[in-house]
Amino acid sequence: MNRERNQFSPLQRVLHWLMALMVLAMLFIGVAMVSTLKPRFLTLVAIHKPLGIAILALVVLRLGVRWRYGAPALPADLPAIQAIGAKLSHVALYGLLIAMPLIGWGMLSAGGYPIVLCGSIQLPPILPHDDQLHAVLLTAHTVLAYLFFATILLHLAAALFHALIRRDSVFYAMAGFGRNRGAGEPLDNLAMARVNQAK
Amino acid sequence: MSAEKNPDHPKPASAPVRGFALIGGAVVVAAVAFAYAGGWLTPSRLTPDRMVAALGDRGGNPVGHRRNHSKGMCFTGVFNANGQGSAYSTAPMLATGQYPVIGRFAIAVGNPDASDIMGRVKSMAVRIVAPGGQEWRSGMNDTPVFVVSNPKDFYDLTLAQDIDPATGKPDPAAAKRFFATHPASAAFNQWAQTAPWTASWADQTYNSLNAFRFIDADGHDRVVRWSMEPAIAPEPVAKASLAALGPNFLEQDLVHRLSAGPLTWRLVVTFAAPGDPSNDATKAWPSDRKTVDVGTLVIQRAEDEADGPCRDFNYDPTILPHGIAVSDDPLLPARSSAYAKSFDLRAAEAADYPAHPAGGRP
Repeated sequence: MNRERNQFSPLQRVLHWLMALMVLAMLFIGVAMVSTLKPRFLTLVAIHKPLGIAILALVVLRLGVRWRYGAPALPADLPAIQAIGAKLSHVALYGLLIAMPLIGWGMLSAGGYPIVLCGSIQLPPILPHDDQLHAVLLTAHTVLAYLFFATILLHLAAALFHALIRRDSVFYAMAGFGRNRGAGEPLDNLAMARVNQAK
Repeated sequence: MSAEKNPDHPKPASAPVRGFALIGGAVVVAAVAFAYAGGWLTPSRLTPDRMVAALGDRGGNPVGHRRNHSKGMCFTGVFNANGQGSAYSTAPMLATGQYPVIGRFAIAVGNPDASDIMGRVKSMAVRIVAPGGQEWRSGMNDTPVFVVSNPKDFYDLTLAQDIDPATGKPDPAAAKRFFATHPASAAFNQWAQTAPWTASWADQTYNSLNAFRFIDADGHDRVVRWSMEPAIAPEPVAKASLAALGPNFLEQDLVHRLSAGPLTWRLVVTFAAPGDPSNDATKAWPSDRKTVDVGTLVIQRAEDEADGPCRDFNYDPTILPHGIAVSDDPLLPARSSAYAKSFDLRAAEAADYPAHPAGGRP
C-alpha cells in the first residue's frame, strides 16, 4: 500500500521476528528429536506439534498483513539477479512456512496417530490412514526441513550482505535499526566502492 | 603488496573483508549448531536409527515388518470399562462404557518368520479408542519385570542377540556375558530360565512393566502399573514338546479358541506405595500393593497381520489419553522414539510385506 515507506509495519516486524524464533526452534527441535532416545524426546515432540500448528496460524495472518500493507520496494539499483533471488527466496520461505505444518499434520494423519496438541485438545486427521502416504509425507517433511534450514541460512547471509556490504536500507526495513538510506536512493560512494571491491 | 597502498583501490579495504567474514561466520555457526542438534557431530550418540538397526539384525528378514515383536497376529474386540478407574483418572475410556479395541499378539523376536511357539516372551498390544478420538495405546509383555532399566542396556542386550556373520547365529557367549555383567537383569533371567512354557497367547498375564501416572479430576497423580489378567489358567507345556506343534501354533491356537467364543482379560491397575520405583522396570513392586479392577478386555476376532487392522498402527506406549501420563521411566521415551523409527521404516517398505501374499502363509 504505502510504496514510499522503506520499513515494514510494526506488526509485520513483530510477526517476522517472532516467527523467525519459532521456525528456528522447530528445525532444531526436529533434528534433535529424531536422533535421540533420551527423555527429552517426549518433551521435544510435545513442543514440536503445537508449535508447528501455531506457525501455520501465524503464516496465514502474516500473508493477510502482507497483502494489506505490502512491502518496501527493493533498492532501485539492486542488480536484477539479486532482485530475482530475493523474490524467489521469499516465495520459497512463505511456501515452506505453509507446507511444513500441513505436511506434518498430514503425515501424522496418514500414520494413524492421534494429533494431540495439548491435554485433551486434538486436531482431526486431514488425510486417510495409509502407510505409503505416510512414507511419502515423511520423506517430504525431512527433505523440506533441510531445504528450509538452507534457505534460512541464505536469507541470513543476504540480510547481512545488505547491512554490511551494500549498506542499503533492506536490513533496516525489517530490523528497525541500522542504516536507512531510503528506498531507491543510490549507493553512496563508500558503499559503491565496497560493492566494487567485493566483486 | 598491501591493498591500502594501491591507488587503484579505495581506502577502507578491510571493511568488506570484515563484512564477508562476519557473514560467513554467522552462517557457519548456525550450521554447526544445527549439525550438533542433529547428532552428526556426536556419532557415539545412541540414536533410534542405531537401535532399530540392531533390532533388525537378529535373524530372518524384517524388511516391511516391525523391527521388534516382529511375528504376531491382529485381534479386534472391545474394552468394557466398569467405571472403577474414573476415581483415579479422567481418561475417557475408564468411564463406564464400551470402547473399540484393535490389538496385536506377538512374540518378542526380530525375525517375522520365527516359530511363534518358541518365543520366550509373549506380548499383547492394545489401542483403546474413546468417542472423542482420544487413544490409549499399550504394549505389554507376559514377564513379571522387564529385562533392563534403560535404553543403553537394551541396546547392548540387542547387540548380544545379533547374528554373528561368521556363524549365521547369535554368539551364545554374548548373552551369557550380558547377564553376567548386568545384575539388574537377573530377575528377568530367573523368570526366563524357570517360568513354565505355555502354548497359547490366551492364558498369559500381560504387564505394562513401565510405570505411568493416573491423574484424577482434581489433578492428583498416582504412580501405577497395569496388567491384563486372563480368565483362563495357564496350561504348562514341556519345552521339549513345543517344537512339534509347528511354527504358527500360537496363531492357530488363537483362531481355534476364538471360534468357540470370545476371550477375556481383566484390566487391573496396581498403585505404587511411596518408595516403589517408578523409573526401573527391572524391579517388581511388592505383591501387597493396592489394585483396582477397571474393566474387561473382550477379544472377539483374530486376523492375519498382513491384511489385519493392527498392521498399520504403531503401539507407542506414550500415546495416552488425557488423565494418563508417562512416569520418569527412561524406557518410555526410548520406546516411543524407536517405535516411531521402526514404523517409519516399515511404512516405507510396505511393498516388501504384501497385504495378500500369493498362496498365503505357509
